[in-house]
Amino acid sequence: METVLLNGRDDAFIRAVEESSGQVVSRCYQCGNCTAGCPMSFAYDYSVSQVMRLIQAGQKDAVLSSKAIWLCAACNTCSQRCPNEINVAGVMDACRQMARREKKFAVRAMRAFVDAFLDSVKFNGRSHEVGIMALYMLYTGRVWTDVELAPKVLPKGKMPLLPHRIKGRSEVAAIIDRYKQGLSDPELARARLAKDAGEESGKGKEAVS
Amino acid sequence: MSGAAFGYFPGCSGLGTSLEYERSTRAVCRELGLTLWDIPDWNCCGSTPAHTVDPVLSAALSARVFAQGARAGIRDVLTPCPSCLSNLRNALEHMEDELFAARVEALTERPLEAGHSVKSVLQVIVEDVGLDKVKERVRRPLTGLKTVPYYGCLMTRPEKIMRFDDPENPQSMDLLLQALGAQVLPFPLKVDCCGGSLGIPVRDSVPRLAGRILELAGELGADMVVVACPLCQMNLDLRQGQIRTRGLDYTIPVPYFTQLMAYAFGLGDEEAAFKLLAEDVAPAFSCMRRRAEEIKAEEARVAALAAQKAAARAGRGAQSRANGAAGGEA
Amino acid sequence: MRIGVFICHCGSNIAGTVDCAAVASKARAYPDVAYSTDIMYACAEPGQDAIIAAIKEHLLTGVVVASCTPRMHEPTFRKTVERAGLNRYMFEMANIREHVSWIGKDIEANTNKAAELVRMAVSKLRLNRELKPKSFPVTKRLLVVGGGVAGIQAALDAADAGLEVIMVEKQPTIGGKMAKLDKTFPTVDCSSCILGPRMVDVAQHPNITLYAYSEVDSISGYVGNFDVKIRKKASYVDWSKCTGCGLCTEKCPSKKSYDRFNEGVGPTTAIIIPFPQAIPKKASIEREYCRQFNTGKCGVCAKVCPTGAIDYGMQDEFIDAKVGGIVAATGYDLMDWTVYQEYGGGRYPDVVTSLQYERMLSASGPTGGHIKRPSDGEEPKDVVFIQCVGSRDVSVGRPYCSGFCCMYTAKQAILTKDHIPDSRSYVFYMDIRSPGKGYDEFTRRVQEEYQARYIRGRVSMVYPKGKKLIVRGADTLMGAQVEIEADLVVLAVGAEAAEGAPHLAEKLRISYDSYGFFMEGHPKLRPVETNTAGVFLAGACQGLKDIPSSVAQGSAAAAKALALLSRDMLDSDPQIASVNLNRCVGCRKCIEVCPFKAIQEIDLRGQPKAEVIETVCQGCGLCNATCPQGAIQLSHFTDNQLLAEVEALCRF
Repeated sequence: METVLLNGRDDAFIRAVEESSGQVVSRCYQCGNCTAGCPMSFAYDYSVSQVMRLIQAGQKDAVLSSKAIWLCAACNTCSQRCPNEINVAGVMDACRQMARREKKFAVRAMRAFVDAFLDSVKFNGRSHEVGIMALYMLYTGRVWTDVELAPKVLPKGKMPLLPHRIKGRSEVAAIIDRYKQGLSDPELARARLAKDAGEESGKGKEAVS
Repeated sequence: MSGAAFGYFPGCSGLGTSLEYERSTRAVCRELGLTLWDIPDWNCCGSTPAHTVDPVLSAALSARVFAQGARAGIRDVLTPCPSCLSNLRNALEHMEDELFAARVEALTERPLEAGHSVKSVLQVIVEDVGLDKVKERVRRPLTGLKTVPYYGCLMTRPEKIMRFDDPENPQSMDLLLQALGAQVLPFPLKVDCCGGSLGIPVRDSVPRLAGRILELAGELGADMVVVACPLCQMNLDLRQGQIRTRGLDYTIPVPYFTQLMAYAFGLGDEEAAFKLLAEDVAPAFSCMRRRAEEIKAEEARVAALAAQKAAARAGRGAQSRANGAAGGEA
Repeated sequence: MRIGVFICHCGSNIAGTVDCAAVASKARAYPDVAYSTDIMYACAEPGQDAIIAAIKEHLLTGVVVASCTPRMHEPTFRKTVERAGLNRYMFEMANIREHVSWIGKDIEANTNKAAELVRMAVSKLRLNRELKPKSFPVTKRLLVVGGGVAGIQAALDAADAGLEVIMVEKQPTIGGKMAKLDKTFPTVDCSSCILGPRMVDVAQHPNITLYAYSEVDSISGYVGNFDVKIRKKASYVDWSKCTGCGLCTEKCPSKKSYDRFNEGVGPTTAIIIPFPQAIPKKASIEREYCRQFNTGKCGVCAKVCPTGAIDYGMQDEFIDAKVGGIVAATGYDLMDWTVYQEYGGGRYPDVVTSLQYERMLSASGPTGGHIKRPSDGEEPKDVVFIQCVGSRDVSVGRPYCSGFCCMYTAKQAILTKDHIPDSRSYVFYMDIRSPGKGYDEFTRRVQEEYQARYIRGRVSMVYPKGKKLIVRGADTLMGAQVEIEADLVVLAVGAEAAEGAPHLAEKLRISYDSYGFFMEGHPKLRPVETNTAGVFLAGACQGLKDIPSSVAQGSAAAAKALALLSRDMLDSDPQIASVNLNRCVGCRKCIEVCPFKAIQEIDLRGQPKAEVIETVCQGCGLCNATCPQGAIQLSHFTDNQLLAEVEALCRF
């Protein structure tokens, strides 16, 4: 393993994780309870407590290129049992979102699944299982994923081949598009809030005068 | 509580893989006097994938659901699916923050007023309707049915957001099943993770995690694993065949609690919708009926014995009273 | 009046952010100030000598020292001025460290604030009067509350030195937690073999009166003369007749009672003698389990008792005692670990507490010293120890380290191997805390010689599967999730202050922290004293500690009590209230507010008046603040003195 130069701690990364997750990572004393209870631990490259340690050490690259942050099932067992009341699952969430922004996808299948799901929601307004599976196979090339399940569900009408499209699907598509355009950026929202507040107080003054 | 009305959010799986949950939920709510108004033209809450991308995107999809409800005068929403519940709850919780709400609004372009609430069907039945009411409706008690309740991870966690039951050892479904007459075995894995939505991208996860749950249920001698979550149900039931190829050596049906309620309430097959499950419930029900017979016979034997004893006591009592009276006279 | 002012630098503690010379120079302009200077360390010997020299040279009649908190050095400087021939109350202190230099960085603002505080002190001092303490006799008797090892040590030390001692113990026997232990670390010597003789000494010591199964009901009075009311709880057995033969416990038909002494490891009878070496060895009835009390029918114990000692009609009895000092030694209890639902919350019989495990290991315990699984009585082979269950855990409100669990767990792992040679012990730990003499060597021995498998990590979950318990944990050094199929799981449950500790603290008028541990006078320099004169602390009631430390504190508390009670007379504090009879209108308001019942009504030529009982008054000043006539005044803190301070501060 490479020697880690601890002077090189990326404090901006630590702050970003803390801000996004609302958690204070220095509260973690590395007891390992999160690792102990994690159902997906078997598939991880770093255990959950190691991810926490890497964040504490400001090792941005290692964290954002880890598989662990993508394989977290968001079951909240770690958060529930953390003796220091850290929402560990929230920290994993924050890292995953950060990795996505930085276009780091250590588990490509996860990205494909998420993209397939959101594309289905965007087209139809609702998620459509058959559609998601088709898109997922397309994105990953894993053509035979779960096809053995089809005979159990198709005859029972539990997997309609056609999606239930909603009338307002363009609204839903617009939400996703606006997100992709970056319109939910916190700075934009902050600026708008400040502007609204200014207008409010302006109105107040007029009313008084 | 009868006569209460809720906005109803079935969730996308209700139209597909959890059709049986959807049908039985509607039937059971009707029987319990809960009126469900469907939220008009509702959309997907984004499930885990949207949340994985960004909580703001996830909340924006939820916000449209609430806004659609508000347009129809609906404020209190009911959903059977814990995953939807978790998204909708998280959205409401996060939007208490002004900045977060502003970011959501930038996506929806529809301002959302405060005052919305969302609960699970299970919570409303246990807390608002009450188990006494459920008990009153039972026509076909599940006497002799050995069940283990499986809650999954999302129904009670995170504790601060879900605010329902005990996060480690929830009891609501246990008590509900008991109210239906079923036997509930203590199940230590009732909040263990089944693999959630990782079943597709990480193939190994569900056989391993759901397998562990099914294996223990079988060891305990359960006839059924009873669930409240479409995703858990799919992992435990639909994927049970996959799990069997990895070493699980028996089958066990995995119905929703609402299906067992529909059955116990004496509703029709169409509404209990057991046929839609992957694993057949018939063997479990015949086990139940056999055990019910045994229980009945045992009860009759005990009652007869008690009556015999009581008669003997009464006889002795009369005798001693007579003796006492005689003594008194003497 | 000729006042001297001394501004202390306290090294750089004060001088770092206060211009001490400037403060001294400003003080020269204050009324009656005849001399003013700054000084490096006022409390050090040269500093005190300089104060004495200045008093003599400048014929000073009062002194102000501006330095640290009066809690630290007021007694020091009072003695200094006394040595120079002044009355100790002709001294005032201004706190320019805690109130100024430590809390602000602005030198100019700090210097001004310090000068203001000195001005206040000077203004008050101008109205000070010489006060002379009165002396009162001391009751040479010590009360020890709690009969664990700390209390036993304190009682024996004090009694050996000739003091009369009253010991009050809540349980039917003394011995405390130590009596429940099988062996003790790091020597692995038998706990009851070393404690037993001390318990017997308590029973036999001519100077010790033991009230077991008793509690302190109320305490009044003051240092040297406390009045204590002891409630002797009804044991329903006349202990003057009971010989401890145990016949009643053999014949009692209620055999399903909770066994408090054995931590519920096995059931016991409703009438009990807690254990064979109990002191006193007397029977008592646990009312909630007794058939006689619950159904009105039974009376077996009364029938079999050869001395006729059973008395179902017994009532609680009260005993009044006068003591000069009190040692609180109430120990600890285990926290309620059932909040850990992930460990079963008490639902799994084979998940036991460390204290239950001690009772299983003990030859005098319910299993006769054989380790058996509670579920099926089988001998366990894989035993998992989980540390820090309710210690260092913010999520259950227990952020502190319980201090002794690492060591007793190591001991239990050794004993497990001794009892079952083919067993395997697994210890989940976060850090091994073993700083005592021979302690760390001990924790190495358990790993190297006894092959205990230490796993650095916490356990997330324990659940039953077949006959086994699955322990799901982490080995953080390996970076992996681990699982153990265990036969028995022992939880090192964290400790907390004994049940009812805050309640006792309120009776003793001592403070306690948010966990119920009693507060010492100073964390380093007054570890066994409290801020209430005459009340001392010993053992875990002050903070969790192991047996050696508890014993050391027991001795220390006894020494402190002996120093106090070796004197025949004590000086009363003259800073107490007194009544100006001409002004008093007998409205009784002061009598109503006094928390110490130190004011009584007297009749002066047909007029009702208030009178302060000097020995009872604690000088709190409530009466002074309440009196509508200004008739009752607290010496050294009179209305005029306080107003002078206020006026000195608000001059504009």
